Amino acid sequence: MLEVHNLQTYFYTRAGLVKAVDGVSFSLWSGETLAIVGESGCGKSVTALSLMRLLADPPGRIVGGAVRLDGRDLLGLNAAAMRQVRGKDVSMVFQEPMTSLNPVMTIGRQIGEALMLHGAGSREGVRDRTLEMLRLVGIPEPAQRVREYPHQLSGGMRQRAMIAIALACNPKVLIADEPTSALDVTIQAQILELMANLQRKLGTAMILITHDLGVVAETADRVIVMYAGRKVEEAAVDELFARPLHPYTRGLMRSIPRFAVMRNGVAPAGRLQEIPGMVPALSALPTGCAFAPRCAFASDICRRDYPRYEEKRAGHWSACWHSDRLVGAADG
Amino acid sequence: MGAYLVRRFLLMVLTLFGMSVLIFVMLRLVPGNITDIIFDSAGFVNPAKKAAIERQLGLDQPIVTQYITWMAGLARGDLGYAFVSEKPALDEILPRIPVTAKLAVLALAFSVLFGVPLGVISAVRQNTGLDYVLRVVSLSGLSLPSFWLGLLILMACVHWFGWIPIYRSSPDNFWQEIALLSIPAAAVGFRSSALVMRLTRSSMLEVLRQDYIRTARAKGASEPSVNYDHALRNAVLPVVTVIGIEAAFLVGGLIVTETVFNIPGVARFLVEAIRWRDYPIVQNLVMFIAIIVVMVNFIVDMAYAALDPRIKYEE
Amino acid sequence: MAVIDHEAELARAGANVRGPLSSILFFARSYPLGALGALIMLAFVATAVFADAITAFDPLTTNAHDSLAPPGDRHTLGADFMGRDVLARIIYGARISLAVGLGATALGCLGGMIVGLMSGYFGGWLDLTVQRLMDIMQSLPLLVMALVMAASLGPSLTNTIIAIAIPLVPNVARVIRSSTLALREMPFVEAARAVGMSETRIAITHVLPNTLAPLIVLATAQLGSAILVESALAFLGLGVPEPHPSWGRMLSESAAEYVRTAPWLVIFPGVAISAVVFGTNLLGDAIRDMLDPRQRF
Repeated sequence: MLEVHNLQTYFYTRAGLVKAVDGVSFSLWSGETLAIVGESGCGKSVTALSLMRLLADPPGRIVGGAVRLDGRDLLGLNAAAMRQVRGKDVSMVFQEPMTSLNPVMTIGRQIGEALMLHGAGSREGVRDRTLEMLRLVGIPEPAQRVREYPHQLSGGMRQRAMIAIALACNPKVLIADEPTSALDVTIQAQILELMANLQRKLGTAMILITHDLGVVAETADRVIVMYAGRKVEEAAVDELFARPLHPYTRGLMRSIPRFAVMRNGVAPAGRLQEIPGMVPALSALPTGCAFAPRCAFASDICRRDYPRYEEKRAGHWSACWHSDRLVGAADG
Repeated sequence: MGAYLVRRFLLMVLTLFGMSVLIFVMLRLVPGNITDIIFDSAGFVNPAKKAAIERQLGLDQPIVTQYITWMAGLARGDLGYAFVSEKPALDEILPRIPVTAKLAVLALAFSVLFGVPLGVISAVRQNTGLDYVLRVVSLSGLSLPSFWLGLLILMACVHWFGWIPIYRSSPDNFWQEIALLSIPAAAVGFRSSALVMRLTRSSMLEVLRQDYIRTARAKGASEPSVNYDHALRNAVLPVVTVIGIEAAFLVGGLIVTETVFNIPGVARFLVEAIRWRDYPIVQNLVMFIAIIVVMVNFIVDMAYAALDPRIKYEE
Repeated sequence: MAVIDHEAELARAGANVRGPLSSILFFARSYPLGALGALIMLAFVATAVFADAITAFDPLTTNAHDSLAPPGDRHTLGADFMGRDVLARIIYGARISLAVGLGATALGCLGGMIVGLMSGYFGGWLDLTVQRLMDIMQSLPLLVMALVMAASLGPSLTNTIIAIAIPLVPNVARVIRSSTLALREMPFVEAARAVGMSETRIAITHVLPNTLAPLIVLATAQLGSAILVESALAFLGLGVPEPHPSWGRMLSESAAEYVRTAPWLVIFPGVAISAVVFGTNLLGDAIRDMLDPRQRF
C-alpha cells in the first residue's frame, strides 16, 4: 500500500553534506505494523518526516527516491495536494507530547481542526466526532476535556490527545515517531496497548519509529534496522529476534537486559554487552561498511566495500559480508 | 489572585516612593537652583535678594523638610507653585496633558497597526527579498532620531505644500485636531512601529520553530492557517509585554517631537522646566511619567494573564 | 526530481571555511547586512580618529562672509549661520558621538555587569535591594532619566557620558543577572567550589566569562541608543556644550527656522547620526544571529 523507493534525504550544513537517509526502500501493507529501529541519529526520524514532507528546508532536503501511497507518488504532489494527504491519508504522532500541542488552543479545537480540514461536515458532526475520539483514546470525562488546554493534562493524557488528532480522519497510515520515549514506563505500556488496540479496530497501518527493542517485540510485525542513514537488516519480528543476521542488530539486542534474559530463557550467562565505540558522524562516514569500526567481525573487505543488501533467508534481508558467520556465532 | 494583586500593588507603591526620593535628591544634589539662573542672566548677584527669593520658594529649608512638604502637598492634591510662572503647578500641568495623551495614543496605534502585521509578514517570508526590505526599513526606523524625522517631515511639507503643519491650540473640531496631530504622531510612531515589528518578527520565528507548528502541518493545515491561527496566537503574547516597554519608549519620542512641531504638551513642558530648574514642575512631571509607566506595565501583565491560558496568578 | 549541485549547496552552508580571511568572507556572505554595518562603523571610527587629516577646515572658525552659504565648491556641504563649514563640523562631530557612544556604553555595561553579577551570584538581601533599585530606575524612560541627570550634573563631556551611562545600567544588569542565575547552578561551578575556590574567584573566573556572549549582543544594541540619546540631549540643549561640534546640536541650532531657508543644515547632520546608528544596528543584529545558538541549524 505504501511503498518507499530509494529515499534520499540530505542535510546541507557547515559541517558538510550529511546523508541522513541514503537510499532507503521499504513497503508497508495495510493493517501491518512496521518498526524502524536504530540509535539516535541513524536517520529513522528523518525518514518519517520525509514521508510527510515535513522537513525544514534548509537545511534538509529530499534529493531522490519515491514515496508511493496506493500508487500515487507523494514526493511529486504539489503543496495543496500534499496537505490533503497529511492528516487524512497519512498522519503522525510525535515524540514530545509536552511541546507538540498548541498551548493556547483547547484540546477540542485541536482535534476538531483535523476534522474540519478534511471535510467533516457540520459543526455538530465535528463536535460529536471529537468527543467520540476522546472516548476512543481513553480520556475520561471527554465533555470536560474538550474545553481544557494542553497544560491542564498529564503527559500520558496529552499523548492520548495527540493520538486522537492523528486518528480523527481514519488515516491509512499512522507514523508514530518515538511515541512513548518521553513518557513514564508505566504509561508507555498503556499508550502502546492503546495504539495496538486502535490499530486493530480501525485497520490502520503503522510505522513505529523507536530505539527501544522492547517496544518492537511487543507491537511490530516486521522490523527494519537502520544504521548511519541506511537499512542494514529487515525481517519479520520473530525471525529477527531469533536470528539476527547483522552484527549491529545483535549488538542492540545484547545491550538490552530483557533480551539477554529472553534469549537464554534464564538469567544471562555473561554480562550485558554494549556496542563499543560511537555512531560515526554522518558527514564523515568511512568507506566500506559504516559499522565496521565498531564490529567484532570486521575484516578487510568490510572496510573496503559496502556490503550488498540481499535476501539471506526467505524474507530476511541484511547488508553484511559475514551474515553466515553470525548465524554460527549466535549460538556459540 | 487577590494576594498577587496586593503584593503587586505594594511593589508599585515602593517603586514610586523610591522614584520620588531619587528625583528629589537628584534635582538638589548639584549646587545651583533657579535663583542662580535668574541672577546669571541678570549679570550680577544681589545676595540679600537671592536669599529672599530662596526663602520665598522654600529653598532655604533642609532637604528633608522640603521633601516632606512636597509629599504632604501631593497627598492633599497640592503640587506646589511653579517657580517660573508662579501659578499652581497643577494648573500648569493639567491643561497640557490632553494633547500629549492624544499624540501618544495615535503614535501607539500607528506602531501596533503597522508593526504587528509587517513583523508577521517578515517572519513568514523569512530570508526572502521582502523580508530583507522590511528588516532594513525597521532597522532604519530604529536608527533615525525622531526629532530629525520630524524636521524632515516639516521640510517635505514646506517643499511640496508650502505649508507647515503647526499645531494650533484651538482647532476647529476633533477631526481637524486628529489630522494635525497625526503627522507628529507618525514621526513618533515610526520608531515604535519598528520596535514592535522587530519583536513580532523574532517572536514569530521562535514560535514557528515549535513542535506544535509541525503538528499543525502534519494535520494538513494550510500555510495561512499555520501562520495566523497557530503561530500568531502564540507570538502576540510577548508582543503584548512590549507595549509596556513601548510606553516608556514613546515618551522619549514625544519630548523631542513636541519640541520640533511646537506642540504645547507636557513632554515639551518638562524640557523647559528642566532648563529652568523649575523643581515643582520637574519633580511632579517625572512622578507623573513614572506612575504612567508603572501602571501601563501592570495593565500589560494583567492582559498577558488574560491572553495566555497557562498563566493564572494564584498561589 | 531536479538535479542538485551538492557542492554549491555545501558552499552556501559554509562547509569549506578555513582560516581568518575566509571566515571574514563567509561572515560577509552569510550576513551581508552585518558586513555593511561593520564597514559603516569602520568608516565612522576612522573619521573620528583622523578628523584633522580629512578636512582642511577648522570646525570652529567663523566667517561672516560665508554665513548660510549653500553647498558648493567652497563648502562641500554648505556653511551654518556663523559661516562654519558643515562638513568639517560633521567630521569633528564624529569624535563627540564616538566618545559619548563608546564611553557611555562601556561605563553602562561595566556598571551593569558588576551589579548584575553580584546580584545574581550572591543573591539574598543584596539581590532584593538591587532589584528594587533597578525597578525604580526602569520606571523612567531612558531619555527622561538622561535629561534629568544631564541637567543636574551640568553640561560637560564627562557629565553627558555619565548621564547616559547610568540609565543603561538596569538593562545590562537584568540580562547579566539572569544568565548568572542559570550559570550558578552549573556543574563546573560546583566543581570549582568542590576544589575550594573562593566565591568571588568563582564569580570572576568561571561565571563572568560565560556571560560575555549576551553582554556583547546587548552592548552593540546599547551603543546605538547611547548615540541617539546623545543627539537628543544635544538637540534639546542639554548635551555636550559649545564649542564642541555635536551632530544633535547642529540640528537644534538650525532646527525649524532653517527648514525653509537652509535645508542643508537640517539634512546632513541627521544623515550622519542615522547612518552611524544604522551601522551599529546592522552589526548588532548580525552578531546576535551569530551568537544565538537557536538561530543555527
